[in-house]
Amino acid sequence: MSDRHGDPARTGAPLLSRPASPPTTALAPVPAAITAPPVVRLAEVRHRYGETLAADGLSLDIPAGRMVGFIGPDGVGKSTWLGLIAGARKIQHGKVEVLGGDMMDVRHRARVCPRIAYMPQGLGKNLYPTLSVFENIDFFGRLFGQTQAERTRRIADLLAATGLTAFAERPANKLSGGMKQKLGLCCALIHDPDLLILDEPTTGVDPLSRRQFWALIARIRAGRPGMSVLIATAYMEEAEGYDWLVAVDAGCVLATGTPEALRAAGRSDSLEDAFIALLPEERRRDHHRLEIPPHAAGEIVIEARGLQMRFGDFVAVDDINLQVRRGEIFGFLGSNGCGKSTTMKMLTGLLEPSAGEALLLGSRLDANNIATRRRVGYMSQAFSLYGELSVRQNLDLHARLFELPAAAAEARIADLARRFDLGRVMDTQPDALPLGIRQRLQLAVAVLHRPDVLILDEPTSGVDPVARDHFWELIVDLSRKDGVTIFITTHFMNEAGRCDRISLMHAGRILASDTPAALTAARGCERLEDAFIAYLEEASGVAPDPEAERMPGAEVRACRRSYSPPDATDTPCRSGGSREPGSSAAPTPTSDTPRHAERLARFSLARLLSFSAREATELRRDPVRLTLALLGSLVLMLVMGYGITMDVEDLHYAVLDHDRSVASQQYTLRIAGSRYFLEQAPLASHADLDARMRAGGLAMAIEIPPGFGRDLARGKAPQVAVWLDGSMPLRAELARAYVGGVHAQTLADVIAESGAGPVRALAGVEPRYRYNPELLSLVSMVPKVIPLLLVFIPAMLTALGVVREKELGSILNVYTTPVTRLEFLIGKQLPYIALSMFNFVLMFVLAVTLFQVPFKGSLLALATGALLYVTATTGLGLLASTLTNSQVAALAGTSIGTLLPAIQFSGLMDPVSSLEGGGYWIGAIYPTTHFLTIASGTFSKALGFAELAGAFLPLLLAIPVLTLLSAALLGKQAK
Amino acid sequence: MTHLRNTWHLGIKEFRSLARDMALMFLIVFMFSASIYADARAKPESLNRASIAVVDEDRSLLSGRIIAALQPPQFIPPVHVGLADMDRGMDAGLHTFVLDIPPDFQRDVLAGRSPALQLNVDATRQGQAQTGAGYIQSIISDEVRAFVQRVRAPAPQPVELVARAMFNPNLEASWFAAINAIINNVTLLGILLTGAALIREREHGTIEHLLVMPVSALEIMLSKIWSMGVVVLVASSFSLQVMVKGVLGIDVAGSALLFGAGTLLYLFAAASIGIYMGTIARSMPQFGLMSILVLLPLQILSGGVTPRESMPEAIQTLMALAPTTHYVSLAQAILFRGAGVDVVWPAFVMVTLIGAVFLALAHHRLRRTIGAMQG
Repeated sequence: MSDRHGDPARTGAPLLSRPASPPTTALAPVPAAITAPPVVRLAEVRHRYGETLAADGLSLDIPAGRMVGFIGPDGVGKSTWLGLIAGARKIQHGKVEVLGGDMMDVRHRARVCPRIAYMPQGLGKNLYPTLSVFENIDFFGRLFGQTQAERTRRIADLLAATGLTAFAERPANKLSGGMKQKLGLCCALIHDPDLLILDEPTTGVDPLSRRQFWALIARIRAGRPGMSVLIATAYMEEAEGYDWLVAVDAGCVLATGTPEALRAAGRSDSLEDAFIALLPEERRRDHHRLEIPPHAAGEIVIEARGLQMRFGDFVAVDDINLQVRRGEIFGFLGSNGCGKSTTMKMLTGLLEPSAGEALLLGSRLDANNIATRRRVGYMSQAFSLYGELSVRQNLDLHARLFELPAAAAEARIADLARRFDLGRVMDTQPDALPLGIRQRLQLAVAVLHRPDVLILDEPTSGVDPVARDHFWELIVDLSRKDGVTIFITTHFMNEAGRCDRISLMHAGRILASDTPAALTAARGCERLEDAFIAYLEEASGVAPDPEAERMPGAEVRACRRSYSPPDATDTPCRSGGSREPGSSAAPTPTSDTPRHAERLARFSLARLLSFSAREATELRRDPVRLTLALLGSLVLMLVMGYGITMDVEDLHYAVLDHDRSVASQQYTLRIAGSRYFLEQAPLASHADLDARMRAGGLAMAIEIPPGFGRDLARGKAPQVAVWLDGSMPLRAELARAYVGGVHAQTLADVIAESGAGPVRALAGVEPRYRYNPELLSLVSMVPKVIPLLLVFIPAMLTALGVVREKELGSILNVYTTPVTRLEFLIGKQLPYIALSMFNFVLMFVLAVTLFQVPFKGSLLALATGALLYVTATTGLGLLASTLTNSQVAALAGTSIGTLLPAIQFSGLMDPVSSLEGGGYWIGAIYPTTHFLTIASGTFSKALGFAELAGAFLPLLLAIPVLTLLSAALLGKQAK
Repeated sequence: MTHLRNTWHLGIKEFRSLARDMALMFLIVFMFSASIYADARAKPESLNRASIAVVDEDRSLLSGRIIAALQPPQFIPPVHVGLADMDRGMDAGLHTFVLDIPPDFQRDVLAGRSPALQLNVDATRQGQAQTGAGYIQSIISDEVRAFVQRVRAPAPQPVELVARAMFNPNLEASWFAAINAIINNVTLLGILLTGAALIREREHGTIEHLLVMPVSALEIMLSKIWSMGVVVLVASSFSLQVMVKGVLGIDVAGSALLFGAGTLLYLFAAASIGIYMGTIARSMPQFGLMSILVLLPLQILSGGVTPRESMPEAIQTLMALAPTTHYVSLAQAILFRGAGVDVVWPAFVMVTLIGAVFLALAHHRLRRTIGAMQG
């Protein structure tokens, strides 16, 4: 094994195993106007997040028409700078000039916005996951006001250029990482930007896709030479090919210049070494070259036998066989979405394989085996610790879950904090930390309990070179010193080169397994990356990727000496031989501000409708939500229409008869005959009365005094006592009224029987129950249930609309495209208004058919009222959504904000006029109150517009108030 | 023992997460303080500020007395309208009652002709319609009798009916409203907090991380249930002691401890339902809609708003499967009627049983959905 020491891939420079190809000055035709004014000019920019300075008095001019790279460790401010330049972030301090104007100026921002394209960090972050590839691009095209024909042409061009044509109908969430990034690029390029901003576009993307991506960029630049491209990257080998670089550290510029100028400044052969040399002494974190001692083979620790995983018809992973020995570092490589993560989940016992078996330390893994879990440390691809707990709390929680004794845990955490350099951030929340540090924390958590096996899923994705080397030092240390077996996936080929053995995976199968050197040699290549790509291309089909064919240096597959992605020697696109010149993807360069300006009306119905169309498509793709909204409201209407009743019937009562005479029995029989009351077993005593009433068994008790019959006969007016259960006041009131009525009737009859002739009352009252003469609950309740359901469901539909985009990141599209806040909000609202109106129609039909509630008034007035009302209630949901920052809070806020006022304060039970205090005022302005008036007015009172004008006005007013409030709270930039 | 420890530590983690979500903390405090207050104070006493209009065609001493007797708090002082405006006012919902006193009313009363007054009632406002009509009738008959008494003595009533309300002698609705609001908020938070916490762990991938550790799905679920249960229990007890007894000055009959125990059991059931919903919903928007569809019937049909015995048989049977129904009944028994364990134990048992069933269902689903989620 000692021969490996000489292998540059194992011991060599952390990033580039050898110097890159000769310095490249230009990879695309550099425009003639080198002297043109800078495309971006930053002056004294300062930006702060809490304690962290992301820009510290930054001043920088970025030349136009170039490919400019921002390189530097994680968390030094690169993304913030790009966000500021793109206009997605609010400038805190200083001046940012882009394309010749101040980005503080709203009008300038609106003007240049269509000339800028911004692709944020994170795989497919600004894409809409349920929309197809075509629909995603189409949506962005609409935002920029392109016509149908223009969009169709451009999308066809872009898809052809990126090789996505075959996947046009596939939803974005089903794409691999590399394809997502290509799709993101298509979305960014749909409007011919003059400034293209890419934030770590190839992080987490496999080497083949990465190569295709850069080829695409190079071709597009060839077609649009005037375009400036700004890129933040963690791949130094990619940065070698850019025109101009900005080395960034701690919110400041370390150096600028061409790659060779930086190399010269750092007195180093490779850009990475140069960068490290440029860092201030204390920031180098005693960086040194990684040495990997040889591995002494131990017993088999991980074994997979014929593992297979199916999801429905789709076979994600098929027939995986592998063996990993103690202390071995085993690399697992493959293109995005080939089944690596699924395999790892089966090896951890998270997933039960459909076939085959996984053995860990000789025993079979199964989901319920807690004992084996103690011996495994797992680090998933995405950050999966608690962002809301501090670093220390996270470590602490895991120590406790693994049952480390308190003293030992404390020592272990202190030790890990030192080894993983987490000391300074122990009390910070991971959410506020850069990716690299978060990954270190994840690793620390994974090794906390000293596992025998570590399973690491892309642990270094998005981590800067220096941090990556530190990470590997830790891994090597664990493997060689502690004998921990390590199973790791990566997209960095120099990392793959450090493994003892690697497996190449594609489309769910393992293509080859061996030492990196042997694999490279087997393909006759010099570099592992080339060998890897050769394997992949062979496996993916007979015909190599058409993209690769046309990309610069297609012969790379034949393992050329070296590959540097945007290779100067081969670019631009060799238009002679290729089928389509790249220019078709990037139409003729245009610096046509007038055309942009022309398209950019201040308020554009087309843009608004593009949001509506997108929202509607997303809703269509979520049949569960659609069903819940439609079917749910019908079921609720049935349940509540029948269930809510004001008729108090069958009240349970019992009699305590002290008299037991004929007269008393006659008297009580009267009550028993009423439909309102249901007699229970008679009461024996006062104690019995108390007990039964306390238990809730009686709503009313009637006590007939001793000597009732005798007193009655003598005309001594005996007193009958009625006891009511006052715990439900409404029920008690009604019971009192009913029993009073029965009593009065009884008396009248008794007197009539006694022969005194009918007594005439002094005066009579003739109640006329209007609109609902039989006092039917259904007739009065059904028109009230409709307004209730039309506030809860529409508000809940829109409640997550904005806050979800905030959480998932697609809100960035609002910041960086010409769309205005009103277009965004109203656009989002429209589909839900339509859905709610459909809901209304369903409920109305149900009311008049099944419930047979007579409808007497103006249907037009009711429908108009419903339209205004659902507009207001969906607006209410959007307001809750803009007010909150987490989905949970938005849910809770909407529930309380609708349930409480609608049920209690809107006149459902008690008319608003009878309420007091805050409740009255809420009821007076809450939309439900007014639509209740309209609904019961049109249903029961035969009313129309004229009579109900007073209820329409507040609804009309509520709509603009809610919408404007949401717009004011939304903000057009991130903080 | 290990299980208990894990459940404990994971629960502590939930507290820490909650403490950082300021918006949510604010909502919880708001729900158990200001919201309870507004609800109790706004709620009218049984008949409160009913709007009434009078068409006085008599303009006599007696009609004046009758109108003067229709006073707050039961009625908003009556407005005088003309016969022609009567319908318009009712149509627009301005008046729930319109009393028409015919010409020569006083003269006819004194002449013993027993004239009739017409009382128009907006029957779409059912709650007020019935009680209000009763009130107005008795006010009128009292006034007429008192007026006539000065002229000639009326015949005595052969039997007197004396009605008294137990537990709540004045039938104060605010009493009822405040307790009911607490019950509703306990339901809402019990379901939402735990269900959303589970979905959040799923959306952020942290649950998967937990499952590779020596932690079982049951421990994860129980940790959420106990921690959120404690939060809501503390908030509701605070609400009962400080808001209801203190600020609102409502006299609560029963044992707060027994009510607390009932609330704890109920929270277990509500949280289990929340977790069960969290395993069914695939995303937060779905969970949101689902929670409305569950919360609404729970709040309205559990006997907290209208009496259960008056609901159709089918709904009564259906709602007997909801823990809320039993919780409402035990809360009313304990807090209003001062009932003890001997009375409420069946409700305690039912709530616990229902909770256990949902917990078992959720446990079964959680293990399955975690597997399916990876696809």
